[in-house]
Amino acid sequence: MVPHSLFVCSQQKELTSKKRDEFEDILEERRLSSDLRYAMKCYTPVIYKGLSPCKPNAIKSVVLQSEQVQYVIKQLAKEMGESPDIIQEEAMEILDEMGHSMQLGTVRFFAFTLSKIFKQLFQRVCVNEEGMQRLQRAIQEHPVVLLPSHRSYVDFLMLSYLLYTYDLALPVIAAGIDFLGMKIVGELLRRAGAFFMRRSFGGNRLYWAVFAEYVKTMLRNGYAPIEFFLEGTRSRTAKTLTPKFGLLSIVMEPFFKREVFDTYLVPISISYERILEESLYAYELLGVPKPKESTSGLLKARRILSDNFGTIHIYVGQPVSLRTLASGRINLCPYNLVPRHLPQKPTEDIQEFVSDVAYKMELLQIENMVLSPWVLVAAVLLQNLPAIDFELLIEKTVWLKGLTQAFGGFIEWPDNLCAKKAVMSGLTLHSNIARLVDGHVVLNDKGIEDGAVGEIVFKRALVILMCSTYRNQLLNVFVRPSLVALALQMTRSFRKEEVYSSFSFLRDIFSDEFIFFPGISLKDFEEGCFLLTKCDAIQTTQQEIYPTDKGSVVVSFLSAMFRSFVEGYQLIFRYLSKETKEAFTEKQFIPGVRSFVFQLLEKGTTQCYEALSSDMQKNALAALVQLGAVKKKKMSNGFSYSVNQEAIHKILDVFDARTPVQKPMAARL
Amino acid sequence: MKWNGWGYNDSKFIFNKKGQAEFTGKRYRLGGMVLPTFKEWIEKTFGASLEHKTTSRASLNVNDVPPPIVNEEFLQDLRATKISYSQDAEDRVFRAHGHCLHEIFVLREGMFKRIPDIVVWPVCHEDVVKIVELACKHNLCIIPFGGGTSVSSALECPEEEKRTIVSLDTSQMNRILWIDEKNLTACVEAGIIGQDLEKQLSESGFCTGHEPDSMEFSSLGGWVATRASGMKKNIYGNIEDLVIHIKMVTPRGIVEKNCQVPRMSTGPDIHHFIMGSEGTLGVVTEVTIKIRPLPEYQKYGSVVFPNFERGVACLREVAKQRCAPASIRLVDNAQFQFGHALKPQVASIFTSFLDGLKKFYITKFKGFDPNILCVATLLFEGDREKVLQHEKQVYDIATKFGGLAAGEDNGQRGYMLTFVIAYLRDLGLDYYVIGESFETSVPWDRVLDLCRNVKERIVRECKEKGVQFAPFSTCRVTQTYDAGACVYFYFAFNYRGISDPIHVYEEIERAAREEILANGGSLSHHHGVGKLRKRWMKESISDVGLGMLRSVKEYVDPNNIFGNKNLL
Repeated sequence: MVPHSLFVCSQQKELTSKKRDEFEDILEERRLSSDLRYAMKCYTPVIYKGLSPCKPNAIKSVVLQSEQVQYVIKQLAKEMGESPDIIQEEAMEILDEMGHSMQLGTVRFFAFTLSKIFKQLFQRVCVNEEGMQRLQRAIQEHPVVLLPSHRSYVDFLMLSYLLYTYDLALPVIAAGIDFLGMKIVGELLRRAGAFFMRRSFGGNRLYWAVFAEYVKTMLRNGYAPIEFFLEGTRSRTAKTLTPKFGLLSIVMEPFFKREVFDTYLVPISISYERILEESLYAYELLGVPKPKESTSGLLKARRILSDNFGTIHIYVGQPVSLRTLASGRINLCPYNLVPRHLPQKPTEDIQEFVSDVAYKMELLQIENMVLSPWVLVAAVLLQNLPAIDFELLIEKTVWLKGLTQAFGGFIEWPDNLCAKKAVMSGLTLHSNIARLVDGHVVLNDKGIEDGAVGEIVFKRALVILMCSTYRNQLLNVFVRPSLVALALQMTRSFRKEEVYSSFSFLRDIFSDEFIFFPGISLKDFEEGCFLLTKCDAIQTTQQEIYPTDKGSVVVSFLSAMFRSFVEGYQLIFRYLSKETKEAFTEKQFIPGVRSFVFQLLEKGTTQCYEALSSDMQKNALAALVQLGAVKKKKMSNGFSYSVNQEAIHKILDVFDARTPVQKPMAARL
Repeated sequence: MKWNGWGYNDSKFIFNKKGQAEFTGKRYRLGGMVLPTFKEWIEKTFGASLEHKTTSRASLNVNDVPPPIVNEEFLQDLRATKISYSQDAEDRVFRAHGHCLHEIFVLREGMFKRIPDIVVWPVCHEDVVKIVELACKHNLCIIPFGGGTSVSSALECPEEEKRTIVSLDTSQMNRILWIDEKNLTACVEAGIIGQDLEKQLSESGFCTGHEPDSMEFSSLGGWVATRASGMKKNIYGNIEDLVIHIKMVTPRGIVEKNCQVPRMSTGPDIHHFIMGSEGTLGVVTEVTIKIRPLPEYQKYGSVVFPNFERGVACLREVAKQRCAPASIRLVDNAQFQFGHALKPQVASIFTSFLDGLKKFYITKFKGFDPNILCVATLLFEGDREKVLQHEKQVYDIATKFGGLAAGEDNGQRGYMLTFVIAYLRDLGLDYYVIGESFETSVPWDRVLDLCRNVKERIVRECKEKGVQFAPFSTCRVTQTYDAGACVYFYFAFNYRGISDPIHVYEEIERAAREEILANGGSLSHHHGVGKLRKRWMKESISDVGLGMLRSVKEYVDPNNIFGNKNLL
């Protein structure tokens, strides 16, 4: 196997030498000068040096006439016995549905309206200007792919707005087809550079060919930066979702086939002090369906305009050269032996490489994600329910700040701001989640007292899920040391290899919950141990790991931070071990496990409200599938699952620390 | 011949007293001419300056030369054969190298670690048989030497070779043994040099038409040993198309076929074990080669294209219609400008006026950007009438791709430059500029991507390796085939400020080769592998393929008498 040396090295280096850019507020300028003039400003973006200028419609015909698409059309015509013209027409329709039609006029319209809206919603929009300058240079040099994190619909609007502000080429953005359901708005987005992809088109060869070629044509021509979300959808939990590989492998292909010299991948971290959709997400996670994207819905949502959503931080990361990532890693020979226009299934090497790159990019996003003081407050608060003394909260928040920074977290805490003010301002901004009552901070669950038991549980769950959305932003920074801490508790032994086995077990279980670079369990373990040692929480010898006296505070805080996941997963596994005798679908599983947990919460046998989150439930199921404890079968209408009871009991036993992890030991500990 | 550079002693580029570039000697059309814009081009392209000069040693320092290892018994046996030989230092050093940059650099400033211990000059096939027998008897290492124009480190002696190294110089086996006009073949001794072969054949009204760029100095045997390709292969074919019969002396004995036929189906063609064997199996002594009546008429031509993409598209179309002229080459813009800089001073005001007019027409009237346009050079050969007809066909195609005919003169100069360009490296070396050419073959659909990526890779690598001035990196498409093309790169840079320029150069060339392979190009189209490109052989022909070649070597030469360590 090819070692991941390149990836791993860079990760370790980043740990020690972290230097980040300064932020600049772009709204400041907007508050001082005319939005109209800004919208009408002379916009002459820098462009790719190899650009062959081309109108949006011309791209479509280039795609349609391309050898790639024509080949598939001919193939399909032959197989289905239809005339190529009919299929070609179908392809044209797909292109019309998909294609963007970027217009400067619409861009200016957005520039104007968004200025108004953003100023209303946000206090500040902070950007690292150096990142923008790096991006500007990158855009001229090679085709650029923008990979922002996805927490809100604001993400792509904001990013385009930002590029317009800095006079950079506006990106074309891969958007879900559901936007087209919105009257006017869908078309407006199209004219602002959005192109639309169907949610699933695995089986449709024509669609795949047209879509892939459309994206690649834009990339090869250097038409515009291409923007899409590795996470595939907005993360409802503010935790980074595991990456999707489809689009990434499409944009990487022109480089593999050497149609371009290089491609820059630019990780962008967008973090919100307060997420616009926070309450929607909480409802959605609890199974109250997400409202369909509709224009009237959008208009109804305008009341949020009167609300304050704090500050946005956008960190444009260092452009990563795909060529550098690939150097020495992949064998291109397979691409040399087949004409380049033929659809070709990527080799295993390539697939593995794409996956590694995807994870690397997400880890870079996480690394540069700004954490607000409120995130720390939320984490402390959730460990101290139902109430915590205000002064104690401040003290613990400050303590956590130090720990987070020691672990490499990127906290934006103005130098001159005293802790009390920082916490206070967080509470003010998030008054819907928590409030100060008689010197104590409590969750804001007004009106919870009256109402049936079920309703109380639901309301409480809502506010806890909302609160956890903010704590979640810390988790990927903490996950490695925390899993070591949890493993230490689980093992009840200090032997390094046993701790590592438990760590490995947890890492596997949570592989869909948190972002781990594939295949480097041992490295992750070492990193976790290193960070814990660094803050004097543990000591390690050749064979043993044990918490220090003063470290127990850290260790128990870290494990408490992930407690809800451990408990949540246990509940979900228990449900699967008890309640499901026959094969089931995801549509059956989610409500089933939800009502199972709901009952336990009503009875008061558990306090794990987060187990109600459909996100956690899906992740847990996916983890079991990966571990082989649940079998996933493709059916005509989706997937069906069946439980291997024996396997799941084994996992539960390990989880409940009844049996040690049975696993071959890592040889090199 | 120069001992430390390319070609004839009397032919070289110099800067005259006025500081203008000039090409000396009378052998080439450019000889004695002043090149007024060349100095400026060098300064602009390389950031080189005439004030910063390096000089080569004036002559070989005999004391540096490693002493010969020859055992007396062998010498006695050799004397008995009456074959002439030499142990003179200069003779041995001259045959210790080809014309790779690092080899020339060593000649100018250092010394090879290992050189041949003795040079022998057989005059016929039987002499070679005797030498090979003696080598087997005394366990010596033979390295065949033809014209010495190798650019693959093929002639370098393996440093670790402890046996006596015999350089077998074929230059005295240079007779045309017979000409068969009925079958249009000629049997020729393998040591004959290209231009002598053509000159002697032309006396009988024939030619082989095989014209590699090195044909002034390279030998027939060398062509066979490296799978050479000639400029006019479109009419005459490459060496593998031209060869009818080969006689080779190996440690196992003589290998040859029993007849001289155009084609035979007798298992894998044994000629293909010989062609490209790069001196690892034996010595080619006699070759029967196809000949053609001398063409009645020759005409040069050139076409300007608005950009390289259009030019490549045109060449592709020409290849598709199978109407390529004897030679068709497309140079990129950088090379066009380079050629322009080598334009001699024009004799009359009228010519310069005409040049100005042409330039105006192309750039202003036709809107070609002089920094983007590129040029194809053409050579037509055959019956006068057919040539004219052919010419029209090609120009018609060119027009479809936006090409404009740019005159015979430009075409002719383009081909002349091919021969003098090799002299330029010696001039560059005097001014801190080092450079080299390398080549590949590639399918049509990847030509553009490969050219762009390789040039870009070179620029990037130079930057990364601390080269202070942007390198000169340029390419041309030199051959067209049904399924692809041969692409030739020139690459040179100013190495001032770099302590180990040769190492840096080699790393960049290696990176460029990696890039070529990643872009679907071949390891070599006609230069061969030698020792320079050995490391990619496995990747190129697979493990099994390599094993096949090895097993042939093991059978033919079990004691590795032909121990130049090329290829495998």
